[in-house]
Amino acid sequence: MEKFTTHTGIGTPLRRSNVDTDQIIPAVYLKRVTRTGFEDGLFSAWRNDPSFVLNTPPYDKGTILVAGSDFGTGSSREHAVWALMDYGFRVVISSRFGDIFKGNSGKAGLVTAIVPEETVEALWVALEEQPGLELTVDLEGRTITAGDKVYDFAIDDYTRYRLLNGLDDISLTLRHADEISAFEAARPSFKPAALPAHTAG
Amino acid sequence: MGRTLSEKVWDDHVVVEGRDGEPDLLYIDLQLCHEVTSPQAFDGLRLAGRKVRRPDLTLATEDHNTPTLNILSPIEDPVSRLQVDTLRKNAAEFGIRIHSLGDKDQGVVHVVGPQLGITQPGMTIVCGDSHTSTHGAFGALAFGIGTSEVEHVLATQTLPQGKPKKMAVTVTGALPEGVTAKDLILTHISRIGTGGGAGYIAEYRGDTIENLSIEGRMTICNMSIEWGARAGMVAPDAKTFEYLKGRPHAPVGEEWDKAVAYWSTLKSDPDAVFDKEVVIDATTLTPFVTWGTNPGQGVGLGGTVPSPSDFTDPVERAAAERALTYMDLEPGTKMRDIKVNTVFLGSCTNGRLEDLRLAAEVLQGKRIADGVRMLVVPGSARVRLQAMAEGLDKVFTEFGAEWREAGCSMCLGMNPDTLSPGERSASTSNRNFEGRQGKGGRTHLVSPAVAAATAVTGTLSDPSDL
Repeated sequence: MEKFTTHTGIGTPLRRSNVDTDQIIPAVYLKRVTRTGFEDGLFSAWRNDPSFVLNTPPYDKGTILVAGSDFGTGSSREHAVWALMDYGFRVVISSRFGDIFKGNSGKAGLVTAIVPEETVEALWVALEEQPGLELTVDLEGRTITAGDKVYDFAIDDYTRYRLLNGLDDISLTLRHADEISAFEAARPSFKPAALPAHTAG
Repeated sequence: MGRTLSEKVWDDHVVVEGRDGEPDLLYIDLQLCHEVTSPQAFDGLRLAGRKVRRPDLTLATEDHNTPTLNILSPIEDPVSRLQVDTLRKNAAEFGIRIHSLGDKDQGVVHVVGPQLGITQPGMTIVCGDSHTSTHGAFGALAFGIGTSEVEHVLATQTLPQGKPKKMAVTVTGALPEGVTAKDLILTHISRIGTGGGAGYIAEYRGDTIENLSIEGRMTICNMSIEWGARAGMVAPDAKTFEYLKGRPHAPVGEEWDKAVAYWSTLKSDPDAVFDKEVVIDATTLTPFVTWGTNPGQGVGLGGTVPSPSDFTDPVERAAAERALTYMDLEPGTKMRDIKVNTVFLGSCTNGRLEDLRLAAEVLQGKRIADGVRMLVVPGSARVRLQAMAEGLDKVFTEFGAEWREAGCSMCLGMNPDTLSPGERSASTSNRNFEGRQGKGGRTHLVSPAVAAATAVTGTLSDPSDL
């Protein structure tokens, strides 16, 4: 995973709440077996509307999405994170995220910055009054800078640490291979296994 | 201090305790896989030269993409076919058990686990699917994960997890006649909102939950994610043990006794502390349906479509406005006056035997309304076979419904079973998001009883209307 320290880019205001992962990328785009190239599916239904924010320059060049509450609810599809990143987004700012989406973002390298609803509103107003306004997201200091205003954001310590260092989760866990083996050796004998397979015939 | 059910299961799976804000490393007892969220995970393993650590704790089935007609012919859609073939190849390469189309144990992953008896109390279960919460009905800690985490579990059989908060959802009193588990959970979601459970594991408890069947409890736990909870659990009891006994992967002999002794300890202690509690009086509930484009936008079947001005919160008001436009509904319209084109009975929420039996009882001897199509899609091949053994397929086909093969089908429209633009459905599934069942399709979430009655009348109805 690429390290993330600070990022500066155009902010895109998405004035909608409850943006579920079916809206971020509909199921029809999930049939692919590759990990890249999902940008065409991003908000695909909404992008048919010429007035949608991603059809409105300069917001289409945005790399920081500012969205309403409960962003990324619903389906666990990590494709939602890949679609946002493939399009060019590095950060999503919202007052609340779906838990699974937030987890997936941390694994894939997308920063989910949590701010109070008032901050979302203030950022929306700033971005609408000054289209193309660049925001700076500083993960080290957990701040968002918009012009002369600086806002704090929340992100959990562990995700921040991993993003700052670009650490791969699996290698981190494999440092504990001995503990995993010891745990396995002590598992109760009645726990089920899929193999050998039993069926009802 | 006492511990909650979820804390007990959690504590029993900590491999390495997290320090200084690090998450705990949890052991995963079972990973379920399907074709949509796994290909990139297997690719990741190959790229890194890693193996699946415990193929014996991994189980795959084909469900999301699969057709519900002509299942033994090659899948027509080449992209779906490639994805299903990719799962088959990955299962063969990594030594994983798979139940493919045509196999008696194929079906929706969350129906297959319980019916095999491989979903058991006190387990940790994950799957690249948010409705993994279904398995919580057995007192398992079960939750959906993304593809990076699927790869992580394949490689290590563990997952780093920060401890969620705990919420009790206490439901008391008898459900009125005609009110089902689905109505209960839809009502709860409309009250608490789609994000109300974010950051929490929910425990459903109280006499109403105890009196539900295991399948009813699965319907409740299944929709935990629709109000934002990471997982939902019900403490296992005699009914749970009875359901599991004799199933293919249930323990036997002495092992069964040991298991039951352990399972019997899996309940929240009387002095356990929850971070939040929600109380629901079941006696006041009615059949419940959605009017909008998220599962929290619902109302009693006897109610009317709300007006955006009913919502004081500006965000909710804007969401209601958008939803009414998308759904093409006028405020004040009686829910019972809403005409549908399609009825979908199925999914991991309501595609089990009890759901089919209930619907069949409602529509037996009647005829489907003119201009309405009804799809009956059993949750698994075995549910389908058992329903046929009971003659339910004949009840449905004589009524005028289509009797299909098992899979996710129209719940998310990844296979050919979709709504056309502007089409309106009454669906027993779990999500009414814009375009969920097909681009431009409009979904009303309902119980199996309401789905069946709606197919009879052509407008949203419950059995008391017939």
